[in-house]
Amino acid sequence: MNVQVPAQAAALAPTISHLPLYVIGAYLLVLIGLGLASMRSFRGTSKDYFTASHSVGPVLLLLSVFGTTMTAFAMVGSTGKSFEQGIGVYTLMASSSGIVHSLVFFLVGIKLWAIGKRHGFVTQVQFFRDRFESGALGTLLFPILVLLVIPYVVTGFIGAGTFVQGATRGMFPVAFATSVPATNGAIPPWLTVLIVCFVVLFYIFQGGVRGAVWANAFQTILFLIAGVAALWMIARSLGGLDAASAAVLAKRPELLARQGKIGHGEFLSYMLVPLSVGMFPHLFQNWLTAKSAKSFRVVLIFHPIFILVVWMPCVLIGVWAAGQGLQAASPNAVLGMMMTKYVSDPIVRGLVQAGTIAAIMSMDSQIMALGTMFTEDVVVPLAGKGKLSDRAQVMWSRVFILAIMALAFWLALYPPPNVFDLGVWCFSGFAGLFPLVVAAIYWKRVTTAGAFASVLAMLIVWSVLFYRGLIQPALEGKKPEEPLVLGLMPVAWVVLAAGVALVGVSLATRPPSEATLKKYFA
Amino acid sequence: MSGGRASRGRWMWGVVAVFAFLHWDFWLWDDKTLWFGFLPAGLGYHALYSLCAGGLWLLFIRVAWPAHVEEWASEREAPR
Repeated sequence: MNVQVPAQAAALAPTISHLPLYVIGAYLLVLIGLGLASMRSFRGTSKDYFTASHSVGPVLLLLSVFGTTMTAFAMVGSTGKSFEQGIGVYTLMASSSGIVHSLVFFLVGIKLWAIGKRHGFVTQVQFFRDRFESGALGTLLFPILVLLVIPYVVTGFIGAGTFVQGATRGMFPVAFATSVPATNGAIPPWLTVLIVCFVVLFYIFQGGVRGAVWANAFQTILFLIAGVAALWMIARSLGGLDAASAAVLAKRPELLARQGKIGHGEFLSYMLVPLSVGMFPHLFQNWLTAKSAKSFRVVLIFHPIFILVVWMPCVLIGVWAAGQGLQAASPNAVLGMMMTKYVSDPIVRGLVQAGTIAAIMSMDSQIMALGTMFTEDVVVPLAGKGKLSDRAQVMWSRVFILAIMALAFWLALYPPPNVFDLGVWCFSGFAGLFPLVVAAIYWKRVTTAGAFASVLAMLIVWSVLFYRGLIQPALEGKKPEEPLVLGLMPVAWVVLAAGVALVGVSLATRPPSEATLKKYFA
Repeated sequence: MSGGRASRGRWMWGVVAVFAFLHWDFWLWDDKTLWFGFLPAGLGYHALYSLCAGGLWLLFIRVAWPAHVEEWASEREAPR
């Protein structure tokens, strides 16, 4: 990625304050400090490393659950997507998530917390293996969950890289000179990703899931403030809220409505995408950290409102950017460019940018969950229960985390055009596993064969549609379009196939043993 | 769950279903009006919807909170 320094480009680049970078550096130091503090609270057991000993209260649970569901997808992705598609992006993902996420937390989260606490489960795979009396089901689920989480982590890396690139354009005209105006003098994505990797690894290695929860809580507070501050500052620079929106109405009015942009079938089927939170491995782990079921009450109420506070500014900034005729190298860079261009005070700009990076970096829980799953679902069963010391379990978790980070770093060097679309594909896969988790909790008649059929149906339908919607256009060098099938989003077909297979095969096969039913349906 | 609470719970699921349907604001599909001079109508409606979602869950918790789930979890906490 070395680039020869074009002398002309360096000479023409404007002088830009480095103060925002110092503020971002201070933010990263706070995260390292939180890692050290969480290490002091670490009790030295694997239970504490993986579940924080079920000690997290309502406010911390709210902040950490929210932080872990809002990543680059929410900040960078939503701004970029609304820059292209308009305000409909909020209606597709944000307001639907407001009701569906809380619904899933209520129906699935509280029950899984109770089951995990009563039976000592740390991962989803442990639960499904026990519930369906099948080690093989867990073996099938493990790679699927890992493969669906990895792109989600990659979107975080890509988001961080492109955001910082957009935000630091022109800051280093000599060191990072390129011949492309949109990236000239900007910190290259690979360097940002490397620094982010280091900081995230530091605090999750020190404190385990507690480190991730504390960091997420801090990050959530920061990016809630950052979103509102960015909106305010950018609006002020554009002549006020009215003038900013009036410019869109004059130049790109189509972005202010959904006619011609979003079909009704697409809109309605998008509502299934947020079901994915029911099967996120990192949320399962976050739920288990809760001190009591009552901790969920605050999460249910404030989650939709927090979504509003984060998404609304991003969507408005995205459409305002279009109204200003912003020329971005990629939609992922829109947010960073808008901040650089329209937030004039360098310290405030740094704070706002640090807040945005905070949202992007909250993929730490996903990484932590992957390490936990590898230890609990692969290493411990292979070694034999009770054979591995707590220290060895924590060590294996760290080894896997390092390997996943290296893989995600490599994948992030080849970014897709839009992190929003990649995120939606990941969520669609997880949503396809939602019928399985609901049935496991609430339906006594669901069988092991039905569970296998559901997972395989989800896998086949998702893979075919993913190839058709994202891989094939990429191979043909075309820009992927909205991958609708008969007017509906792929998630609708994935969930339908998984649900029909689950019910059909379960009704035709033998139900689980009385002992298992008694264990889960007292 | 007591009989009264179960009955209220069923009512609440009805309220959630109606609220979910209200997410589909087909009447604002082509509306480019700017509320308060800056907020596109579609976005404004859904911002209000997000606020109401918080209120809906507050009501749900007050009316139909599943206290039995916590009791079940605490009956026998697994050691690790």
